[in-house]
Amino acid sequence: MENVYFSESHEYVRVEGEYGYVGITDYAQHQLGNVVYVDMPEVDDEVSAGEEFGAVESVKAASDLISPVSGEVVERNDALEDTPELINEDAFANWIIKVKLSDPSELENLMSEDEYNRVCE
Amino acid sequence: MSDKRTCLYEKHLALSAKMVPFGGFEMPLQYSDITDEHNAVRQACGVFDVSHMGEVFVEGREAEKFVQYIFTNNIEGAEIGKIYYGMMLHDNGGTVDDLLVYKMADEKFLLVVNAANIDKDYAWIEQHAKGFDVTTVNASESYGQIAIQGPNAEVVCERILQLPCSELAFYTFKETEHHGETIIVSRTGYTGEDGFEIYGSHAYIQWAWDELMESGEVKPCGLGCRDTLRFEVGLPLYGDELTDDITPLEAGLGMFVKLDKPQFIGKEALVQQKAEGLKRKVVGIELNARAIPRHGYEVVDAESEEVVGEVTTGYCSISTGKSVCMAMVNIDQAVLGKPIKVKIHRKLQEGVVTKKRFYEKNYKK
Repeated sequence: MENVYFSESHEYVRVEGEYGYVGITDYAQHQLGNVVYVDMPEVDDEVSAGEEFGAVESVKAASDLISPVSGEVVERNDALEDTPELINEDAFANWIIKVKLSDPSELENLMSEDEYNRVCE
Repeated sequence: MSDKRTCLYEKHLALSAKMVPFGGFEMPLQYSDITDEHNAVRQACGVFDVSHMGEVFVEGREAEKFVQYIFTNNIEGAEIGKIYYGMMLHDNGGTVDDLLVYKMADEKFLLVVNAANIDKDYAWIEQHAKGFDVTTVNASESYGQIAIQGPNAEVVCERILQLPCSELAFYTFKETEHHGETIIVSRTGYTGEDGFEIYGSHAYIQWAWDELMESGEVKPCGLGCRDTLRFEVGLPLYGDELTDDITPLEAGLGMFVKLDKPQFIGKEALVQQKAEGLKRKVVGIELNARAIPRHGYEVVDAESEEVVGEVTTGYCSISTGKSVCMAMVNIDQAVLGKPIKVKIHRKLQEGVVTKKRFYEKNYKK
């Protein structure tokens, strides 16, 4: 996949121009099991690379979401409020937040799909 | 020290269970999915490996006198075949463990204790048994145990295992000969549904497990749904709602503490606590949003937002779909319908104080 970057904490960011769509990887949703709640930041909140911005929860456990990039939240995937299980159906299509990237050079610290797949093996 | 394995460990691996450490054992968290397993128990029948539970026998001329001394419930003159739920307490009223007491014979009792507490409990029991004409035996490693739970449990146990179950009343048991050995069948459980718990040798429990699995009429269920099931019906878990520092009165379990008994360890502390009034108590909380309250999260006053307690267990309840929790709160917060907040991740979530039972039990009395 072009323009998609991965973190060691199993988030991805798909970059389109100056925006990044952030979600959890298919590997992460599989490890977590049925997602029953997604805790998301508000639009206009600032997120920072390497810092927590929310959580995805299964019945048994909460897993922190760590932002792979820094910037301002310009949109959130509100469909996840009522149907969090969309993440299990397609984690890549169902991104969690859309961020206006404040420092695109941060992407260099992330992994390509091939590199990420090796980490997950 | 590595975790112990139950006699069904290999069976769990064969079923591709997700294994986790619990109470010093490697136990199945789930086989398929916690929600499916939970619903199987509410609607049909689920089977749990509960071989990690501890079995301690107390036998001898003063067995009843001794159990009366260490146990909060009243077993005086109990009939053989009856089961009692209650606690063992420290002198200060804090809880050593919660347990079931089975009256096996006039001078013989079986104490079923929590896995994580087996060593602590047995040391405590031995220490207090000095001066009583009793012998105590920790038989935990000789026994396997399975729990068969759900509205179909009776039919399943009778038809597949050929065990005499319909004759058993709730909280009674029977010792019975089966496949050449003596086993214990009791009408008990930890799910809020009708069901049975079977105690036997490792070989017997392995046989029973295989028979049940081969029948296709039961679902193997892990500790994940065991917790969501017991939580919904307000049953406590030692470590959450009860600890060395929490008294049964604070946990709302006063009906299992017979303060009119002449004597038991911890009685004086509880009499005093009752006279002075509780300072804190376990309540239920229902949240307005879907955010999930979990063990250890702070509970705050709805107005001042000062910390007034903490969550002991919480889930998005599978049977009701509501975000609910049990929480230990200051007594002035323990008013039904009172607004209260729980800190979840970075936000304060609004809720109200409720009863600590979120789903009605479905026992066969």
